[in-house]
Amino acid sequence: MDLSFSPQEEAFRKEVRDFIADAKTKLPDVGAPELANRTKEDYLAWHKLLYKKGWVAPLWPKEYGGTGWNVTQRYIFNEECANAETPTTLPFGLNMVAPVIFTYGNDDQKKKYLPRILSGEDWWCQGYSEPGAGSDLASLRTRAVREGDYYIVNGQKTWTTLAQFADWIFCLVRTNTDVKQQEGISFLLIDMTTPGITVKPIIVLDGAHEVNEVFFDNVKVPVENRVGEENKGWTYAKFLLVNERSGIAGVARSKKAVERLKEIAGAELIDGTPLIDDEDFSKKIADLEIDLAALEFTELRTLAEESKGHMAGPESSILKIRGTEIQQRITELTVEAIGYFAYPNERALGSNEFIGPDYALGQAGHYFNMRKTSIYGGSNEIQRNIIAKAVLGL
Amino acid sequence: MDFSYTEEQTLLRNSVSKYLADKYTFDSWRKFTRNDLGRDPSHWAQFAELGLLAAPLPEAFGGLGGGAVDAQIVMEEFGKALVVEPYVPTVVIGGGFLKHGGNDAQKTEWLGKIAGGETMMAFAFAEPKGRYNLADLTTTAKKQGSGYVLNGQKAVVIAAPWADQLIVTARTSGGQRDTKGISVFIVDKNAKGVSCRNYPTVDGLRASEITFENVEVSADQLIGQADNGLPLIERVVDEAIAATCAEATGCMKVLVDTTVGYSKQRKQFGVPIGKFQVLQHRMVDMFVNYEQSVSITLMVTLKLEDNDVERAKAASAAKVTIGKAGRFVGQQSVQIHGGMGMTDELNVGHYFKRLTMIDALFGSTDHHLKRYASLS
Repeated sequence: MDLSFSPQEEAFRKEVRDFIADAKTKLPDVGAPELANRTKEDYLAWHKLLYKKGWVAPLWPKEYGGTGWNVTQRYIFNEECANAETPTTLPFGLNMVAPVIFTYGNDDQKKKYLPRILSGEDWWCQGYSEPGAGSDLASLRTRAVREGDYYIVNGQKTWTTLAQFADWIFCLVRTNTDVKQQEGISFLLIDMTTPGITVKPIIVLDGAHEVNEVFFDNVKVPVENRVGEENKGWTYAKFLLVNERSGIAGVARSKKAVERLKEIAGAELIDGTPLIDDEDFSKKIADLEIDLAALEFTELRTLAEESKGHMAGPESSILKIRGTEIQQRITELTVEAIGYFAYPNERALGSNEFIGPDYALGQAGHYFNMRKTSIYGGSNEIQRNIIAKAVLGL
Repeated sequence: MDFSYTEEQTLLRNSVSKYLADKYTFDSWRKFTRNDLGRDPSHWAQFAELGLLAAPLPEAFGGLGGGAVDAQIVMEEFGKALVVEPYVPTVVIGGGFLKHGGNDAQKTEWLGKIAGGETMMAFAFAEPKGRYNLADLTTTAKKQGSGYVLNGQKAVVIAAPWADQLIVTARTSGGQRDTKGISVFIVDKNAKGVSCRNYPTVDGLRASEITFENVEVSADQLIGQADNGLPLIERVVDEAIAATCAEATGCMKVLVDTTVGYSKQRKQFGVPIGKFQVLQHRMVDMFVNYEQSVSITLMVTLKLEDNDVERAKAASAAKVTIGKAGRFVGQQSVQIHGGMGMTDELNVGHYFKRLTMIDALFGSTDHHLKRYASLS
């Protein structure tokens, strides 16, 4: 066992750091990110810079355009991005549907979709949840009926993140109603421009248009857009969910967020003394940091296993539970730190001005927004059920 | 011992709750909190009409002679409907300062107007660097002739965009955090030298950053004793804390009921999610938190006339209980509602936001834990 990095790894870190420093200067200025209603191009700017460098898909095998990095390199890359507070790439294409396609798709599908995901030409969104199928995903009812070379899709998806920009949606659909729920699901790739698809915005607690409802009314989908076998979609869906969970811990970003929190607590005063020197508050931050350190090493243990070829199993739910709890605690403490300046709702002013210290901008909204993390990607209650059943055998 | 409400108090609760159920719907709230004014002016007039604004004020000056229990009843019902109108700033705080600190001329001038709905007030006490310490003041009021000149900045003055009068705390002598040397003034918001930067708050209210630049105030705008305002401020803020805790219990009541109701309707895995023991226990804990909050709100309401230390301890105890309970109930209501709890469309998220912001108001949980400890 060894915690230190080799000279090669340190050199890699420097290469990453230099790249980021340069790439950041090429990003569009979106003003205060908390207030900006980012355009599709804004979201894609970072993706495109990474693509040009060949670094956009650290999780993909090299043959499809992945970086071929080992676990340590990926860790270093994530850490450097987090430290520099770069934008993130959106996971729906790169980390969700692409692994399904390169693991279960046919050669035509790999050729058709992977390069366009890599380049950012195609924006993907996730058609999983439905109004009646949240935690109980397998009860989904969006129906796909085979008619010749097409499926006719009818139904509704919801909580579809950034579907307003999407070119494609990957969907779980019901292709057989006569069998056990899990055995009648298929995995379809649907072009968002197909007639019969309607996207309706859902506004969330911080006022952002982040998620949507997506309606399907007799949408014709070519059979060749099905990934894998008909009625085996649940296998692919679970594979994707485990991948989604393993990236969800967000340790590097949380470490940076704790640093930010400490800066804020250093600037806020309590009876003229920095809040960070207040015994109660500093203990809360320490507690958070300690939990985060434990999570980091839990994640490293998982990654180390992965590097030996063991895919993440049900224990990856630990990362989701703890990772999201920590993200939520950071935002909660940040709101505590800024005191009365949590109140202003600058977003509603509709301009880039802020009230009070600049570090307070959008923090309450961020706290409200982050409550989603214990709900999405399989709620934390569901994650606990997974551990109870699949790990503890209860 | 008797915890029952009088007949008048029960009538008061019924009339508030009926009015709000009929006229102050969540749908209308979503609309008027987003218009330019941020409220529907007809409600304040109706509150006056119903006697809500007069309820806790003394009879001799146009009130109905009730007290803190009346304010508690009104605010609990207001909490259930997310009422944004400035009842606490105007009636509890403005009315409180005048009731406890005002001279007869001031009471005559203002209390009747408050009761009649002819004035709205805002409490300009917090400062950009003062956090929750009521004595941490850089706003000054310097003696000039028979009056004073105000200079300084106040932060996040809730309801100031709607108010015509500001209750302002300022330093008339002493150093930045001295407990002595503080005075309280009632200042016309339209006075020369008062400038406001107005904005919406994340919980649907309106607030302002206010700058006072050489604002001349006369001696009869001073409320209570010069240089010895802090005990008065603490008393009135404790009363405001009691009323705000009552509001929070109203918010929590709605969240507990709504969440339990939802868990009986919402089916996953073939059963209502309320059948899952993990959620049952969570909702039991929400309910326990709510009940504890109601109890401690009652305690502080009944101890407001006690001596300063007992009153202050009760207020801090209530604020701590409400802070913790509000966070738990708010967060878990969103969690149990799942994605729906995250939407702007559903009322649940708005109660959660209001409860979150109540924690910061008049001092956070941590602040009041310390205050309680220092008084014990």
